[in-house]
Amino acid sequence: MEGPWVRFALRVWAVGILLFLFIPIALVIVYAFNVSTIQSWPIPGVTLKWFGQTWQDPEVRRALLLSVEAGLMATAVALVLGSMAAFAIHRFQFFGREVISFALVLPLALPGIITGMSLNSFFAFNQITFSLWTIVIGHATFCIVIVYNNVLARLRRTSSSLMEAAMDLGASGWRSFVDVTLPLISTALVAGALLAFALSFDEVIVTTFTAGAQNTLPLWIFGAIRLGQRLPEVNVVVFFVILITIVPVVIASRLTGGGAAGRVEAVAAAEEL
Amino acid sequence: MRPAALRLAGVSKRYGRVLAVDDVSLAIAEGEFFTLLGPSGSGKTSLLRLIAGFERPDAGQIELGGKDVTAVPPYARATNTVFQDYALFPHMTVAANVEYGLKVRHLPRDERRRRVAEGLTMVRLAGLGYRRPNQLSGGQRQRVALARAIVNQPEVLLLDEPLGALDLKLRVEMQAELKRIQRELGITFIYVTHDQDEALTMSDRVAVLNGGRIEQLGSPVDLYEHPANEFVAGFIGVSNLIERDGRRLVVRPERIRLLRLEETPEPGSHLEDGVVQDVTYAGMVTRYAVQLDRGGRLLVVQQNTESAARASDFRGRRVRLAWRPEQAFNISAAQSEGPEQQANA
Repeated sequence: MEGPWVRFALRVWAVGILLFLFIPIALVIVYAFNVSTIQSWPIPGVTLKWFGQTWQDPEVRRALLLSVEAGLMATAVALVLGSMAAFAIHRFQFFGREVISFALVLPLALPGIITGMSLNSFFAFNQITFSLWTIVIGHATFCIVIVYNNVLARLRRTSSSLMEAAMDLGASGWRSFVDVTLPLISTALVAGALLAFALSFDEVIVTTFTAGAQNTLPLWIFGAIRLGQRLPEVNVVVFFVILITIVPVVIASRLTGGGAAGRVEAVAAAEEL
Repeated sequence: MRPAALRLAGVSKRYGRVLAVDDVSLAIAEGEFFTLLGPSGSGKTSLLRLIAGFERPDAGQIELGGKDVTAVPPYARATNTVFQDYALFPHMTVAANVEYGLKVRHLPRDERRRRVAEGLTMVRLAGLGYRRPNQLSGGQRQRVALARAIVNQPEVLLLDEPLGALDLKLRVEMQAELKRIQRELGITFIYVTHDQDEALTMSDRVAVLNGGRIEQLGSPVDLYEHPANEFVAGFIGVSNLIERDGRRLVVRPERIRLLRLEETPEPGSHLEDGVVQDVTYAGMVTRYAVQLDRGGRLLVVQQNTESAARASDFRGRRVRLAWRPEQAFNISAAQSEGPEQQANA
């Protein structure tokens, strides 16, 4: 049994860790409203002018558009391939099932730099020009895993007798899929899609190796910080990236109904890359 | 003789190296309440799944209402199933669950409404159609599962341990309920259970399964009074088996009279002396375990017609057991010996 002192110390420790994690994020958000271009504390005044300026910046707009396009397409690819893979693995016993299941999840565990470099040399070797599509392929590698894991977990929690009941009542395979399976996994699909989009939206490493000359939003941020220019705009963009990635994660964890534990899992999955 | 609602001919099913159903043949008459009784792993649920069409047999033929349905998928068979876990669709209301089968078969809306209302009334859930399955008790879910199956008016209704998840009181209530519904609808019921009491009280005929084979098929009275072998004798009722002069004898515990040594038995009775080892008082009856002098042990059940206080006095006493010779029957050893598998309804 822990005594009151241990409990107190643990609380202080936990608060300390949370502060360590979230103060930098909070700082970026505060700086987004900073009047001065110099990042110093405390900020001399509050303004919204950087928001307008950032929104007008054609480079930021191009980067945002590319990020959204890549995110949506990678998510679409992941939804189709990831859920189909989950159905196959869940429903059928076949030779190499475990291997395929492992290979599907591997991109999440693999360091992004390996995925990025291998894709880069593959595209270069086949003389494929870097474009939106190469980014989409790169992002799809880990987005598929997210959808696959979400759908498979839901299927495993769903009693197989439900499908059988539908067939028993006269529904063909397709009909029972539409009437029973799809509604039961729909929230898992939405959650998987949101997480996949969030992952794709703030991905840097794989994108660096597959983007060619174009910039996604995270790449633009990275470049701007390295050059030390337009820091106020960077803060504004980061502010929005935080929103766009956190909101889907929260919604997704609600949808998968895991409560606090589920949220941690979802966030952990999102922060894997 | 009524036509057979279901006929199985030499049906076998293997899962990997396990032969779950081993060359089963039987015929079930229309309107019959037929029970597949056996311990877990005896193949009773596998057999039900073969009849429903969820599995294809490796060998043999399945006929429903005279038509060969061996290769027909479940959605095209005139059977409906009440699942062990009920398998209610959680995203639909009770009414939508019950209506589902009718909707899939494109019945007109008025007809569907009428049948759903009838079905819910039959299982005494009228007025609860708007609820979700997770807002119902276990017993109510069970009734919804039943209503969802019977509104389709199947030729054969398959029930897979439908009362297994209910507590004893509810189970007894539902047993009566099921019998009533079966009588009212006249549908053939095929009922899977491991509960011998349930099988004996509800069924017209029972097939006792063991290791994928039918050990014995007959009426509850047949099975209890004339078990074909040791397995059936032990599974239905108490295994009260002794060996005398190389013959194996079974005597049902309630057919044995427990006498004090000085009491005079009925003339012509078979007599065995022994010592009472254990006495269990169970309200309506008292059970005595008696170790016999000539070897073996018998369970005796006596109705507590007199004061039960004297029951415990018997522990450790020498007693005499008596039964009329016709109450004991010879049986063969455990392996089945081609039990009768014809429909005799």
